[in-house]
Amino acid sequence: MTESVIDIVSWMCLVAGGLFGIVGGIGVLRLPDFFTRLHGAGLTDTLCAALILLGLMLQAGLTLTTVKLILILVFLFFTSPTATHALAKAALHGKLKPVLAAKESKRSNI
Amino acid sequence: MFVAAGLTILVTMALALIRALLGPTVYDRILAVNMFGTKTVLLIAVFGFLTGRPDFLDIALAYTLINFIAIIAVLKFFEYGDLSRAGRSRAKRVRR
Repeated sequence: MTESVIDIVSWMCLVAGGLFGIVGGIGVLRLPDFFTRLHGAGLTDTLCAALILLGLMLQAGLTLTTVKLILILVFLFFTSPTATHALAKAALHGKLKPVLAAKESKRSNI
Repeated sequence: MFVAAGLTILVTMALALIRALLGPTVYDRILAVNMFGTKTVLLIAVFGFLTGRPDFLDIALAYTLINFIAIIAVLKFFEYGDLSRAGRSRAKRVRR
């Protein structure tokens, strides 16, 4: 009974993680400028990775495999926001301007 | 079910690859390559479970760190045009 419940929960985690990954991928492909694309990539780096690794953890149970999965999750949670921050900083330093709405750009011109 | 998770990860990797090939600026390409690397880690983990040999997780763990270091190094190269130069704040101090 409990095994089947854990199985169902882990499958839901895996499928939800995959869906978030595809949504983030479509966002990276379709959003209009670099700083909005960062948002799509951040979605796949955090939610997709966390949900898929959580689903794998539930499948593995209390073993050494789970410890390794937790280590991967911890490293991803520290490194991917750092990489996103460094990307945004490098893009701003490289004179890349975000695309603003018409009203916003008028306001900034005044 | 692992097959479904692996397939969605592969679709995401394909989308990231299209952005890396299209990307108008170099930062778009770096962003797409970073995302591709993260998805590679997930794909290695899922593939290990798919084949019933979770030993691949060690490779995934190493790949996480290598991917991060590579992205930071490439970003530093494109920001300063040189890998051996110090950061901005330190350069100012030297100039004074």
